[in-house]
Amino acid sequence: MHEIGIANSILDAVRSEAARYPQARPRRISVRIGELAAIDPDALAFCFTALTRDTGLESLKLVIERCPRRHRCPACCAEFDVAGYDFRCPQCGAENTEFLSGDQLELASMEVEEDEPGTA
Amino acid sequence: MSQVPLERKVLKENDLIAAQLRERFRLHGTLCLNLVSSPGSGKTTLLERTLASMAPTERVAVLTGDIQTENDARRLARYGFPVKQITTGGTCHLDARMIERHLAGWDLSRIELLFIENVGNLVCPSSYDLGEAAKIVLLSTTEGDDKPLKYPSIFFKSELMVITKIDLLPYVPFNIGAAEDNARLVHPEIEIVRTSSVTSHALARWLAWLERRRQQFRATHDTAMV
Repeated sequence: MHEIGIANSILDAVRSEAARYPQARPRRISVRIGELAAIDPDALAFCFTALTRDTGLESLKLVIERCPRRHRCPACCAEFDVAGYDFRCPQCGAENTEFLSGDQLELASMEVEEDEPGTA
Repeated sequence: MSQVPLERKVLKENDLIAAQLRERFRLHGTLCLNLVSSPGSGKTTLLERTLASMAPTERVAVLTGDIQTENDARRLARYGFPVKQITTGGTCHLDARMIERHLAGWDLSRIELLFIENVGNLVCPSSYDLGEAAKIVLLSTTEGDDKPLKYPSIFFKSELMVITKIDLLPYVPFNIGAAEDNARLVHPEIEIVRTSSVTSHALARWLAWLERRRQQFRATHDTAMV
């Protein structure tokens, strides 16, 4: 439901970042979304397309990297993806593992294409 | 093509304001609790009972969010404490800027306990930090006991799950044990309180949790101020 606001925040970031590269155009924006971020990637992609229409950023591609919930085992230091709410350490079987990541809502990187000299 | 690393949160602007709010709350000794639930699970009624139980000298205030109407602020203002309505006009959650704006005119040093009643919604409020000390999620017995599995984010981010309307348990198919197991699956450390806004002994459990949490907050605040 709030994906339109999230898409807007991503575009704001693209615009302010792109302003630092006046000789280049943003082509690709990569974001990381954790499974606990309460963001629907399909809805986000839909909102992103709708918001970029007729703005000069139509060719900007949104790349969504979905991140699983990851835990760390304090006993053996193993780090692992959690599937189906099974938090046990796959390496040593310890029950009480710690949350590591999975609620990301982050901008990872942006790809810009430099204008050919003389075309700008 | 060249790659520009960004490595920052999408909601950086919101998080910056939330961090400023958290610092203000800390400086003034204001415990801020953000109540989140689906519409109709009893946030306003629980707050009404909570305010009704408090002595007039208590320094409590409420910011209550809705998409439209001032109804909740009117209900909550009857108890004599400062209350402000935040009408979002369509937005499905509160954000830090709305909190900052609506705190204007309030002297935080005179508020020891600030409740924020979020817009009824189990999804979007979980993404927005409001500078609160804790999120509290309410789940009523008229909803499905699998809500924690369907909406894991808010149950994961909440310190406490309040199960409301337990007076209705004999009449609804809600399995309270399953609801608690599901919440602990998503968030093993979550605290759980079973309550009801219509039976005083069940309400007392919520009030007891609240009092403990206030004492804990005061203890950390006093230590920090020494």
